Amino acid sequence: MTTIEIDHASRWFGNVVAVNDVTMTIGPGVTGLLGPNGAGKSTLINMMGGFLAPSTGTVMLDGRPIWRNEDVYREIGIVPEREAMYDFLTGLEFVVANAELHGLGTREAHAALATVEMEYAQDRAISTYSKGMRQRVKMASALVHNPSVLLLDEPFNGMDPRQRMQLMDLLRQMGAQGRTVLFSSHILEEVEQLASHIEVIVAGRHAASGDFRRIRRLMTDRPHRYLVRSSDDRALAAALIADPSTAGIEVDLAEGALRVQAVDFGRFTTLLPQVARAHSIRLLTVSPSDESLESVFSYLVTA
Amino acid sequence: MYNPTVARLTYRALLGRRRAAILFVLPALLIVISLAVRLVRGADDGTASDLLGGFAIATMVPLIGVIAGTGAIGPEIDDGSIVYLLSKPVKRPTVIITKLFVAIAVTMAFSAIPTLIAGFILNGNGGQIAIAYTVAALVASIAYSALFLLLGTVSRHAVVIGLVYALVWEALFGSMVPGARTLSVQQWALALAQRIAGEGAVSSDVGLPAAVILLVVVTGGATWYAGRRLRTLTLAGEE
Repeated sequence: MTTIEIDHASRWFGNVVAVNDVTMTIGPGVTGLLGPNGAGKSTLINMMGGFLAPSTGTVMLDGRPIWRNEDVYREIGIVPEREAMYDFLTGLEFVVANAELHGLGTREAHAALATVEMEYAQDRAISTYSKGMRQRVKMASALVHNPSVLLLDEPFNGMDPRQRMQLMDLLRQMGAQGRTVLFSSHILEEVEQLASHIEVIVAGRHAASGDFRRIRRLMTDRPHRYLVRSSDDRALAAALIADPSTAGIEVDLAEGALRVQAVDFGRFTTLLPQVARAHSIRLLTVSPSDESLESVFSYLVTA
Repeated sequence: MYNPTVARLTYRALLGRRRAAILFVLPALLIVISLAVRLVRGADDGTASDLLGGFAIATMVPLIGVIAGTGAIGPEIDDGSIVYLLSKPVKRPTVIITKLFVAIAVTMAFSAIPTLIAGFILNGNGGQIAIAYTVAALVASIAYSALFLLLGTVSRHAVVIGLVYALVWEALFGSMVPGARTLSVQQWALALAQRIAGEGAVSSDVGLPAAVILLVVVTGGATWYAGRRLRTLTLAGEE
C-alpha cells in the first residue's frame, strides 16, 4: 500500500504557472488524472515521477521526498508519454536492460513481457513495433520490478480500440492487486471507463476530486438532464412539471422520449418513481443524459 | 561508479547510429594519407609530425571526441529515452561516469590507435613521434570526452557547438590568436607529446605542469558538472 502525497505543490516555468497550489493524495486503486491539454497534467506527473522539482510545496512517496531521491524508483514504475525507447534493441533486450538497472535479470523480464502478452514479438527490434506494441513494452519495462506505484502519462494516446481495451484490463488488474495506478488523459471516456477515482486539473488548479458521479451531484446549481421513456410521456410530463425540482421538460417526438431538466437532484430522483406510480405510468427508460464525464468536465472548466 | 547495463546501451547507441560512420571514415582517411605520403616522400620526421599534428591531433581527435562525447548522452536527452535510465535506483553520477568511460574508450579506439598506426607507417616511430602523438591523442580523448559529454547534457545543439569548438577554436582561431592556444585541449595534449618526442619534433604553447593541471581540472570539472546537470535534469513536459 503506497501513497503519493502532494501538498500545496506549485510549479512555474519562468512566469508561467503550470501547477498552482495543488494538494491531493493518490492511494491504491486506479486514479484518473483528467484535464484538457496544457492543464498541467504532465507537469504534475513529472513531479510525482521525480523529474521535476516543485517550485513550492512537497511531493512525497509514503513520507519520503521524491525529488532527487533515486531510491523511490524501487517502488515507482513510469510509463512516459514519449515514444523514444532505444529503438535499436529488441523488446526483450529493452526489458532485460530495465530489469538489470533494478538489479534484476532475465527471469523478471520474461515475466513482465508475459504480463503484457508481448512474448510473441519480444525478439523483434522495437523500431518495427506498432504504437500499441510499444506501449505494452513500455508497460513491461515499468512493471519489471513489481512496483507498488505505476504512473502513466497519456497511455492511451494513439492506441486502437482493441489495444486500448487490453491496456485498460491490465490497469484494472493492477489496481485490483492493490497497486497505486495513476494515469493522465484528456479524453473523458477513457477516464470514465477505467477510473473510479478522478482528479481533475484545469489551468494548473485542482478543480475536483473524487467519484465523478459524486462530483457531478455536488454541483447542485447545475441542471441535471435525464432522458425518460414511459407508457404515457405527456401525463408524466404534466405531473413532473408541477414539482419545483423540475425546471423544464421537452417532449422529444423524434426520440419518443422526454428530456427532463432537474434542478434538485436528490428530490427529483425520489419524486420520479412516486409520480409515475401515483399516475399508473410505467417507466421504460430513465437515463441521465449528461452524466458523462464530458459534461462534468465542461461545467468545471466554465465554472 | 560504473554500470555495465548503462555502458552496453551507450555502446550500442553510439556505434549503431549512422553518425558513427565518421568514426570509421576519419581514421581510414588518416591511414590512407599516411600510406600515400610514405610512398611518395619516404620516411621523414618532419612530414610525420606535420601530418600527425595537423590532421590527427588537430582535426581527427576533436571530431571523434565530439561524436563520441555528445553522442553518448545527447540523443537520449533529446528524444527522452534517458527517462528509462533515470527512473531507476541508479545514482545519476554513476550514469554520467559510465557514459564518460564509454565515450573515452570509443574516442581512444578510433583516434589513438589510428594515430599510432599512421605514425609507424610514416616514419616507423622515428624520434618517438608515433608514440608521442598517440599519447597526446589518448590524453586529448579523455578531456574531449568529458567536455563534449557535458555539452551533450547542456545543449540540444551540442554537436554544432562541439564542431565549432573543434574546428573554429582549436584549428583556426588557435592558429591565429596565440592566447587562444593556452585554452586548447590540443595544446595541453601536445605538451605531453613534446616531452616524449625527440628534441624539436613536437611543439606546444603550454608548459607541461600547466597542461597537466588544466587537463585534470577541465576533465574533473566537466564530469562533475555533467553529473549535477543530470541530477536536476527536467524532462520537457507539455510546457
